[in-house]
Amino acid sequence: MALIKSINCRQAVALISDYLDGALTTRNRLRLERHLAACDACSAYLDQMRVTITLTGTVGPEDLSPEALEELGNIFDLYQAESKDDEQ
Amino acid sequence: MNDEVLLEQFLAGDRQAFCELVVRYQPSILGIARHYVNSASTAEDVAQDTWMAVLRGAEKFEGRSSFKTWLFQIAANRARRTGTREHRVISVDPVDTVAATRFSSGGMWNEPPEPFTDLLGSQLDNVDVLRRVRDAISALPDPQKSVVTLRDVEGLTTSEVANILDLSEANIRVLLHRARAKIRTSLEDFKGTEQ
Ligand SMILES: [Zn+2]
Repeated sequence: MALIKSINCRQAVALISDYLDGALTTRNRLRLERHLAACDACSAYLDQMRVTITLTGTVGPEDLSPEALEELGNIFDLYQAESKDDEQ
Repeated sequence: MNDEVLLEQFLAGDRQAFCELVVRYQPSILGIARHYVNSASTAEDVAQDTWMAVLRGAEKFEGRSSFKTWLFQIAANRARRTGTREHRVISVDPVDTVAATRFSSGGMWNEPPEPFTDLLGSQLDNVDVLRRVRDAISALPDPQKSVVTLRDVEGLTTSEVANILDLSEANIRVLLHRARAKIRTSLEDFKGTEQ
């Protein structure tokens, strides 16, 4: 296999998000994996990104104000009234 | 309770089920609408319109995607039609997602990062950690915020997010990378203050 150009930590960091999404080209994936195998610091960064994404997946929706919820609940009531009219 | 069950229940007249879905998805719908329209009040109109379309059965869920993807697509379609915003241009210029000062001139870490492993596990529901993540997301500029919300909070695929926000997948990946890096930095700072 042709020689793969090696990358430094700063370049490795730029590839990590795409790497976790499986979106790197084969060449870049190999470059990164070779770097990670030899670099504890970037492996720690990879771990941080994994944890970050996992935590982001657990936050749930932003809070909705009671007023906003009430307003949308009213849409439901409006619709119910509307469909009753249709039945008559 | 899962979304599809709630959908069935509210279509059968259950107000509580409807409100539950509203609580779950209204914030993301507003975010999508804001991607296309200029004002918060227009975004709210788009969101109302979206829910009304679902209630009236003007749009029928056929299970070709998840419920939320379908719902977000309805919102995006409506927002697009109402759209008042100039077309967005996403800069793909490389930006430092980790402060340049953390690296030597040769691009090696000056002070290596430490694993976050202890933020996980039993502390998964650690209120402070989750609040920190939530605040970091809130502080993100649009459209990084929409992208990370749809991709990492809601779990849509990159191509679904690209479709909903009318951006290329390459753009989505750039925005996602920046957003994740900022949330990571915020957690790193938080961890620093804890110790
Ligand atoms: Zn490295």
